[in-house]
Amino acid sequence: MITYEDHVFDALGDPTRRAVLKRLRAGGRSVREIAEGMKVSRPAVSQHLKILKAARLVTVQAAGTRRVYAVDKRGLESLRKWLEGFWDHTLAAFKAVAEQEATKGRKL
Amino acid sequence: MTQTRGFDPNTVRKVVSVRAPQMVAWEVFTGKMGAWWPLASYKIGKAPAVDAILEPHVGGRWYEQGDDGSICQWGSVLAWEPPSRLVLSWDIGADWQYDPTLKTEIEVRFIADCSDRTRVELEHRHLDRYGAHRDKMRAIFETEGDWGRVLEAFARTAAA
Repeated sequence: MITYEDHVFDALGDPTRRAVLKRLRAGGRSVREIAEGMKVSRPAVSQHLKILKAARLVTVQAAGTRRVYAVDKRGLESLRKWLEGFWDHTLAAFKAVAEQEATKGRKL
Repeated sequence: MTQTRGFDPNTVRKVVSVRAPQMVAWEVFTGKMGAWWPLASYKIGKAPAVDAILEPHVGGRWYEQGDDGSICQWGSVLAWEPPSRLVLSWDIGADWQYDPTLKTEIEVRFIADCSDRTRVELEHRHLDRYGAHRDKMRAIFETEGDWGRVLEAFARTAAA
């Protein structure tokens, strides 16, 4: 069975697709804008965007006659979830050491 | 920092109340980071990390030090306002390499609650800058699934 993760790995496994995603980091762009300055043709960029979209790495919205591609923010959920747990644990460790130091200070 | 500010998908916010005066909280956070940062699991260098260091001025580096003396930079100091406010950039990319263009930001505020308590508010923002990296990052976090458990163990030990 092909999982969602497989799609993501496949999508990110290609350097051109990674380059396309990097170009979207600054904000939404059209296919033409993405293809500008890249060594691949516009149809090729469209093909890559299709794969990125299937992997839920990009979204597309119509703005008049343009189709604007952007980074899919829902993909941030997993990162957020991980960071929430990371900071919970890290700050708990900080709290323990800070309170230890404060106790030392009181005893002096 | 509170829920009333609304939900921002690009930001993670945390608050912790510490039974320590504001100056102690500031000093432990900024000057003794190696004593509490989970270096066993969160580090980027090849060498075992022995310390986490913040250079105490704007523009200072934030880095880990390996047991072989090597230095691996994590980010830099964007604001240094002892004992109440600190802003750091965290520039570690999905490939666990320092990427100075990444610049996610961590703001930490130390608010004196009374003479012996401090409210520490942490905001990790601009997470969208991970953009292209995020799913690769998640893949790393999940394949290194022990990470979460290691952190839990660390927190338990530190709190004991």
